[in-house]
Amino acid sequence: MLEIESLTKQFFGLTAVDDVSTRFERGQVSAIIGPNGAGKTTFFNLVAGTHKPSAGRIRFNGRDVTGLRPDHVAKLGIARTFQTTHLFDNATVLDNLIVGHRLRTQSGLWDVLANTRRLQDEERLCREKAREALDFVGLSHIAKRIAADITQEERKRVAFALALATDPELLLLDEPAGGVNPEETVGLAALIRKLVDHGKTVCLIEHKMDMIMRLADKIVVLNNGAKIAEGTPEQIRRDPQVIDAYLGVDHAAL
Amino acid sequence: MNWLQGKTGWALLAVAALAFPLFAQNNYLISVATQAFIMAIAALGLNLITGYTGQFNLAHGAFMAVGAYTVGILTVDHHVPFWIAFLAAGLTTAVLGFFIGLLSLRLRGHYFSIFTLCVSYIMFLLIEKWESLTHGPVGIMGIPAPTGIGALQFGTPLAQYYLVLAFLVLGLWIMARIVRSLLGRSFMAVRNSDDLAEALGIDLMRTKTLSFVLSVVYAGFAGALYAGQVRFLGPDLASEAVTFDLVMFVLVGGIGTLLGPLLGTFLVTWLTQSLQFLQDYRMVVFGPVLIALIIFLPDGIVGTWLKRRAQRADAAQAAKAAPTGAVTQEAKSNA
Repeated sequence: MLEIESLTKQFFGLTAVDDVSTRFERGQVSAIIGPNGAGKTTFFNLVAGTHKPSAGRIRFNGRDVTGLRPDHVAKLGIARTFQTTHLFDNATVLDNLIVGHRLRTQSGLWDVLANTRRLQDEERLCREKAREALDFVGLSHIAKRIAADITQEERKRVAFALALATDPELLLLDEPAGGVNPEETVGLAALIRKLVDHGKTVCLIEHKMDMIMRLADKIVVLNNGAKIAEGTPEQIRRDPQVIDAYLGVDHAAL
Repeated sequence: MNWLQGKTGWALLAVAALAFPLFAQNNYLISVATQAFIMAIAALGLNLITGYTGQFNLAHGAFMAVGAYTVGILTVDHHVPFWIAFLAAGLTTAVLGFFIGLLSLRLRGHYFSIFTLCVSYIMFLLIEKWESLTHGPVGIMGIPAPTGIGALQFGTPLAQYYLVLAFLVLGLWIMARIVRSLLGRSFMAVRNSDDLAEALGIDLMRTKTLSFVLSVVYAGFAGALYAGQVRFLGPDLASEAVTFDLVMFVLVGGIGTLLGPLLGTFLVTWLTQSLQFLQDYRMVVFGPVLIALIIFLPDGIVGTWLKRRAQRADAAQAAKAAPTGAVTQEAKSNA
């Protein structure tokens, strides 16, 4: 589904992503792991279009998407979440989600001034999508709470819902379980599984090894911007280079 | 206070505005109110780009001057009928706003504000120095009042008052449409986080430019009305002081709220008028009042009120959710 070919990004002298090639298969959970500063988030930024790669190719469903703007990439069906999600704190959770489906609508200034049928239909559609997404992540009971008052774990789920409202095929999740407790992490892992069961493809960055090892179908390990290993959790666990660079002996299958 | 919300509240405001001349009974007060309405129209526009879209534009007053000068130059030097000049004012600010927007909106945050402040100063200098076009520091005198439309004549201060009020209501109605629509949600998404908005498929430049153009068109029409009401224009209208007045109105009333810019404009104008007897010393009173307001009501008057209301509604929601909380927890762990 997503093919990466010799992807490189240089910021002035620093090579943040160094000649990475890999592919993510449809209907799988792929994980990117590595120490802090390994280039994981930069990798996401390249795929999502936030940064333009210095070299290399990105193909999504066979189509070359290298260097496209983030909003184009989103329209093609790649959604992403950030480590922190900025919500409008004075509005309700549902209100925050309605804009998520905006990219699939056409209404412009004229529709607004004339209050056209199209605008009304599209606003209804966006509201429905927001509700659906909120149901999916299990938060319909807080739809009317104001965003300022929800917990960190609920915030993570809202970020998923926002990404889902864009009708994506592929979701890039940046530390989806960052800053939540172990119990909640299990719940979020179940939610990611549920995404895949419903036909989505997931690629995530995470530091929580227990979660990754249980959840991922495939793991890509980055260190200093370069790919040092790739494979199933079993293979990664045994890889001496990965143990050396990142895992340490705790998670190694020695 | 609940009965004040929604349509009833707006209707009361409209009635108060319609009835005001009956109580004012003096042309000075009526023309002060008319000017306040004109500033409120400009403040509405500033609130769209700054309050709803999060781009702190410091050239807003200069765009108002462009609108005013378009009317002044066309009517006085070229004898164009007032209403055609009026439409031209909207068009000129829109076109100018489009190109300045394209250039300045590439910058983010403070850089955008600093850039627009410079644009504002350049526009002031152009108006002051380009004597063959703008009459320079002498200004433009003898601008005609808005010509009558059919049986409606706008010669008297009272008629001007209702004319400007009509434009304010129209401007507010359009603004309400915009900010409550999907388009308004796109603007607010950009304000919350431009990275997130872009990741949600919103075309940043297009969205910001549209908001910018709409906002300066409000300034342009406000300037055009100003020209027809004050009948004299000087380059001072383009000075940064006008922009900062507008910023103050928006902040006092409540940035990013529909009613805030209006309330802020009326309140500050009223305060300025009430302190008139102190002459320059009025700033001694005015300054501390403003500081106190920013400290105790950082979201402005309307913003603070809306926030409290949201929190109360939220507390009610939380209380309602509590008895079923155990069930939803269970549902979540099954998910």
